[in-house]
Amino acid sequence: MASYIGSATPRVDGRAKVTGEAKYAGEFNVPGLVHGYVVESTIPKGRIVRIDPSGALEVDGVIDVLTHRNRPQMADKDDAYKDEVATEKGSPYRPLYDDIVLFSGQPLALVLAEDWETARVAASLVKVEYQKAPHVTDLHTERANAFAIDKPEKPRGDAEKAFASAAVRHEAEYFIPTEHHNPMELFASTAIWDDGQLTVYDKTQGVQNVQQYLCGVFKMKPDAVRVMSPYMGGGFGSGLRPQYQVVLAVLAARALKRPVRVMLSRAQMYALGHRPATIERLALGAKSDGTLDAMTHEAIAVTSQFEEFARNDTGWGNLLYRSPNAKFEHKLVKLDVPTSCDMRAPGAATGVYALECAMDELAVALKTDPVQLRLQCYSDRDQGADIPYTSKQLRECYREGAAAFGWDKRKAEPRSMREGSDLVGWGMASGVWEALQMATTVRIVLTANGHAEVATAASDIGTGTYTIMAQVAADMLGLPIDNINVKLGDSTLPQCPLEGGSWIASSVCNAIANTARAVRGDLLKLAIGMKDSPLAGAGVDDVALIDGKIVSRRDATRAVSIASAMQSGTADRITREEANKVAEDKSHARNVHSAIFAEVKVDEQLGVIRVTRVVNAVAAGRILNPKTAHSQVMGGVVWGIGMALHEETLFDHRFGRVMNANIAEYHVPVNADVHDIKVIFVDEPDEMVNPLGIKGLGEIGIVGVAAAIANAVYHATGKRVRDLPITLDKVIQFN
Amino acid sequence: MARSGAAKRVTRMVTVPEKIPIRLTVNGNRMELTVAPWTTLLDALRDHLDLTGTKKGCDHGQCGACTVLVDGRRINSCLTLAVMKEGAEIITIEGLAHDGELHPLQQAFIDHDAFQCGYCTSGQICSAAGLIAEGKAKTADEIRELMSGNICRCGAYPNIVSAIQQAMERS
Repeated sequence: MASYIGSATPRVDGRAKVTGEAKYAGEFNVPGLVHGYVVESTIPKGRIVRIDPSGALEVDGVIDVLTHRNRPQMADKDDAYKDEVATEKGSPYRPLYDDIVLFSGQPLALVLAEDWETARVAASLVKVEYQKAPHVTDLHTERANAFAIDKPEKPRGDAEKAFASAAVRHEAEYFIPTEHHNPMELFASTAIWDDGQLTVYDKTQGVQNVQQYLCGVFKMKPDAVRVMSPYMGGGFGSGLRPQYQVVLAVLAARALKRPVRVMLSRAQMYALGHRPATIERLALGAKSDGTLDAMTHEAIAVTSQFEEFARNDTGWGNLLYRSPNAKFEHKLVKLDVPTSCDMRAPGAATGVYALECAMDELAVALKTDPVQLRLQCYSDRDQGADIPYTSKQLRECYREGAAAFGWDKRKAEPRSMREGSDLVGWGMASGVWEALQMATTVRIVLTANGHAEVATAASDIGTGTYTIMAQVAADMLGLPIDNINVKLGDSTLPQCPLEGGSWIASSVCNAIANTARAVRGDLLKLAIGMKDSPLAGAGVDDVALIDGKIVSRRDATRAVSIASAMQSGTADRITREEANKVAEDKSHARNVHSAIFAEVKVDEQLGVIRVTRVVNAVAAGRILNPKTAHSQVMGGVVWGIGMALHEETLFDHRFGRVMNANIAEYHVPVNADVHDIKVIFVDEPDEMVNPLGIKGLGEIGIVGVAAAIANAVYHATGKRVRDLPITLDKVIQFN
Repeated sequence: MARSGAAKRVTRMVTVPEKIPIRLTVNGNRMELTVAPWTTLLDALRDHLDLTGTKKGCDHGQCGACTVLVDGRRINSCLTLAVMKEGAEIITIEGLAHDGELHPLQQAFIDHDAFQCGYCTSGQICSAAGLIAEGKAKTADEIRELMSGNICRCGAYPNIVSAIQQAMERS
């Protein structure tokens, strides 16, 4: 039987998704469903002086209006609101808790009606009077108030002195604006209250995180709350923390003793978390031989007034480039906005963008090829911790990526490559992310007919978790993939961390391997118990499960079928639950790497920029499924295109409000923006990172892409745009 | 200030528009339903007929997730009031497969991994069916341009184009 691991297996949930059978959080039409519609604040800071729901209550079909004044009881301590990824410092936001307005778009009331349209029109009739307070929403005007986070990267040597005496220097500031995830599915929760038992269908990347959070907020016992999320219409980090609509849905379901659905509008989702606007300063000093002597990376990012959200943007250079002198500083600025949150490759998408643009500028200053500079500075150690890598095939990424792209045909001079009325630019960058593993438990139930259920409380946010779980289980149990039933997205299943940080594949699959080994042990015991067993004396690691049989690894003719082993032991099912082993070993760094090559064509008259080709060569350990892995990285590249050229949440700072809170004016890449994307997986066997050698792919695809595109725009036009997104107005005066 | 349940004591001053009976043919089935004039075709499908395969992503005609076929043409069902479509023939994602056999576009989307989270997929497939019926798109560039009303945030666009090309070749 051929191995499923490593094969381009089509998604096992593909049929459900192409037929419309897959149900998302806002699609459970239970009888008696009440529809909630949120009334949001129109000011960014102040107090509610008066809130008058009478206009809404006069509308036929309206059941009630919940506000901070009449809501059912909620917990009054911060701890109850701290979910798994809540910030260490600060006080989590509590929806409908009191009269304080912390950000524009904050929910102030929930209108409940028999149908959605009625709730929506009634919501427009709720009157709110405010006492406004002075607000700040502009990072640039507040940067003087920035403060350093508690755990900065350690400095090395004296970066300032080395920079001052460097033969070649580059110093510049880069800027990444606020970005919003904009998953296609609107945030929604359906809460079903049944005599003290609560079932919630929620749009979340972590059902158990939401379950524990709800237990805290509503002081409920764990067995009284079940959170389900069988499918999620995109997360990208936006669904890591419980969002406020789940609290509102549960509040209302408890108040009315009826099932309630709360679905946010697209505009309302701009008052959830976001990628923080960030200012990055890089100062790189090189010796005349083109090696780095000084590296300084400082970042100033946005957080809210009430929580300190920080993902260190600096320090990635420690993983990529040797420099005896280095200094890092990540600072925060508090603004009157919702708390920023994780968004695809948090800290790296932004920090590596700045670092890799700065390296490109240094290459220009050194008159060195950008790939050559990276090879000259290549680090075989994580310099921050001063340890080697479990594996790092980044050199091979540069080599294979450059070859596939045709980098050797690049003319170094900017504006030197043309095609008709277009200036052609080629740029490149490196990418890096972490290869993490988190504690996870998997349950396998094997039945005598050779079918197995594999379960853990993971989420599949489109990453392909259902499929890789089925592949790994099929291989480990020696069964056809059609005999594997994957269960996830249910808080009652065995413990699983949030789907984030690119750690789910390694965590879940290694846990499947351990659980399958335990099942194999049980089967072997049954097989050995058979009369004249051909497997007598064998240990669990002397046998494998292949084609529905327990087979000796030494002599394949010595085998017992699963069915007969279970029959002889009169076992109709074997149930085992085991966890992965998360390495405590700190002797090696665990990272994924990539090299990105991008081609842009810029219309010389109009400044219109198109990304015509991208090659992303990734070294990420074992690739479980080339099909879904390709999609992951390709999607990351599309995100990188959006970050480089399109995405920007625009504020009117006078009012502290988002001006483009919709998916037409907040630009994301559309089909016509995306052309040729080639994904290469560089061979990278790694038995040290974890037993299955899996490193994860969710984040790495985006990291470095915006830099490669920005560098290509410079190469095309001779104009260096450091403020994202690179829109045509910024490049049009490139003469 | 109203407390839960207090609403019952309020005299109703604002009445919502009267519901209107309409007839639609949805996926070959004749349906009779009663909807308010402000109910969109999208909400009628999802909330009244429990056909939740058609997705709501923006309610403003900006994302394309709600694309369905009305009398053979692709439209954004969120920009269409249900009452305007009295007597129309509507095909949703649930109506594309026949007797368990997937529509060539559905199969092509699986073959080419033309989706990740799956939330834009119904709209992409219905839009692609409309595109093929229009007969305007021949090249990959034309497909890209004419499919740009359907946003895929997971970024499956190149695979979506490949899938549509496969289905075009076979149709």
